[in-house]
Amino acid sequence: MSWLLALPIVLPFATAVLVFLLRERGALGRRLSVVGCLLLLAASAALMVAVLDEGVVAAQMGTWPAPFGITLVADLLSAVMVVITAITGLAVAVYALADIDARREALGYHALFQVLLAGVCGAFLTGDIFNLYVWFEVMLIASFGLLVLGGDKAQIDGGIKYVTLNLVSTVMFLTGIGLLYGMTGTLNMADLSLAVREVENQGLLTVVAILFMVAFGVKAAVFPLFFWLPASYHTPPVAVSAVFAGLLTKVGVYALIRMFTLVFTNDTGYTHGLLLAVAVLTMVTGVLGAAAQSDFRKILSFHIVSQIGYMVLGLALYTPLALVGAVFYLVHHIIVKANLFLVSGVARRLTGSFELSAIGGLYKSSPLLAVLFLIPAFSLAGFPPLSGFWAKYVLVKASLEVEAYIVAAAALVVGLLTIFSMTKIWAEAFWKPHPDGTAPALTNLARSERRMLLLPVFALAGLTVVIGLFPQPFVDFAERSAGQLLNPTAYVEAVLGVETVIGRLP
Amino acid sequence: MESVLALLIGLMVAASVYLMLARNVLRFLFGLVLLSNAANLTIFVSGRLTAAMPPLVPKGMTEPVGVVANALPQALVLTAIVIGFGLFAFALVLVYRGYLALGTLDSDAMRHAEPAPESGDQKTETKAKGEAL
Repeated sequence: MSWLLALPIVLPFATAVLVFLLRERGALGRRLSVVGCLLLLAASAALMVAVLDEGVVAAQMGTWPAPFGITLVADLLSAVMVVITAITGLAVAVYALADIDARREALGYHALFQVLLAGVCGAFLTGDIFNLYVWFEVMLIASFGLLVLGGDKAQIDGGIKYVTLNLVSTVMFLTGIGLLYGMTGTLNMADLSLAVREVENQGLLTVVAILFMVAFGVKAAVFPLFFWLPASYHTPPVAVSAVFAGLLTKVGVYALIRMFTLVFTNDTGYTHGLLLAVAVLTMVTGVLGAAAQSDFRKILSFHIVSQIGYMVLGLALYTPLALVGAVFYLVHHIIVKANLFLVSGVARRLTGSFELSAIGGLYKSSPLLAVLFLIPAFSLAGFPPLSGFWAKYVLVKASLEVEAYIVAAAALVVGLLTIFSMTKIWAEAFWKPHPDGTAPALTNLARSERRMLLLPVFALAGLTVVIGLFPQPFVDFAERSAGQLLNPTAYVEAVLGVETVIGRLP
Repeated sequence: MESVLALLIGLMVAASVYLMLARNVLRFLFGLVLLSNAANLTIFVSGRLTAAMPPLVPKGMTEPVGVVANALPQALVLTAIVIGFGLFAFALVLVYRGYLALGTLDSDAMRHAEPAPESGDQKTETKAKGEAL
């Protein structure tokens, strides 16, 4: 069992070492990176099967018993996040075969990419709060490297903003851990969930909760802490920004969901109320920011911010249905957003720019790409029957159930404005003729390149359609996952053992 | 002793916030170092302080005798220092590369990734270059 939990971390690290040694060897290292991602997908699927069969699984690293050693633990949310990480990783690794130039490859793109995947999987699987900090750092240093790899001016400029603001959030996270440890004397998240009830000064606990909220809020790019994201995500190569867009902010959202369902539930009226306001403002500012942009990737970057708002909304409402929505949204969003960035990369290959006013003619010359854009774009905006519709539907229903009408209205209006942005991209990049008169046909690309670029886009678009047409199993899954989140007894018991928990419950 | 250290942490945070509010990125980084050290100190203090009581197990016994220092926060601080040092080294090199590439340390003048909206792109590019020189 412990191997099953450790494999999603060990595999990418092992791959990273191998591809780093082979970084000068071109094709071999590239293919090895794809193989590593395939193995990661297999390992994550095996973990998922185990979690579906046996409920929450936990393993003590080095066989140190639970509150003292480092625990790896996977409930349904962790497991599904690892699976989706593997899917995104595989898609981007295939895309990178044709997207990353030899110079960046020699500098170690593939190794950094694998380390990033390891960091992300580690953050999803750890059951120890300080260990979570360490995984955040692993992820962060890999993402720093990827972001500035190659050293274009824009990359350095975006990188400085990304690095500095993320470091501030890291320090806040660390301070929060210190204070929480001082109050409870434990770092194990399951143990914390019991220990926080015994803390006398519950007010101070709320203060620490806010520290965590700000720290994770920066990572998740919520209002008003998101400014690093649109400043940097459009600068690196597409194979980098796609994996950033899909995964990185979602680790912040995951950490928020984990901490604010497992540990900080002492004053939900205040903390989750604050999150609700943050969620609505995030949705609105993100989508308005996107409306003001005219660069393909900048529009998409602002939409990441706006969509993060929906996920935080699910957490903030803190009802069973709302958490179902949050989990569903996380899964749907990672696929859709990574895919949109990949499409933007293909469009740029064909037309020569990300700037919408300088491109066009894609619909006439490459209608296939137009269809492949429409699927994730409409899904993002929430068109039935695509996956985004169900995600938004569940969240709006959840907000109506608790009579949060303004929130529901905001969610719907933001959906409408998302369509506005998507139609802007559609009209400029696809419908309008190319200003230079060139015909950006897919056949202009070399055959092998075309395959590598379009295969992941096809696969991710296919997943979006499948989730959209057959949402029932996914919603059932999200319901089970939300159940585990709202009642973390199973999680705590899996980590600490049943006897310990019974002895400590009030 | 704890309250003195708490005051010191407060002072460090105040100084680091002052430094981080500067537009100069290098100053910001110095503020960040100070802030991360304040965080390390916070962890250290949160493990409670004991004077001259190293957490050592006497020969022939399986656990230390009496009240000894909490070893866990020290391990955490050590980890945090190492990680913080690595990240700071990276950030410092990045800022240096930024200075070489963009010709400035003023974060307001770094407009390559997000050119000013009012003028056309081409114009901003040249303007930013002019400022950099």
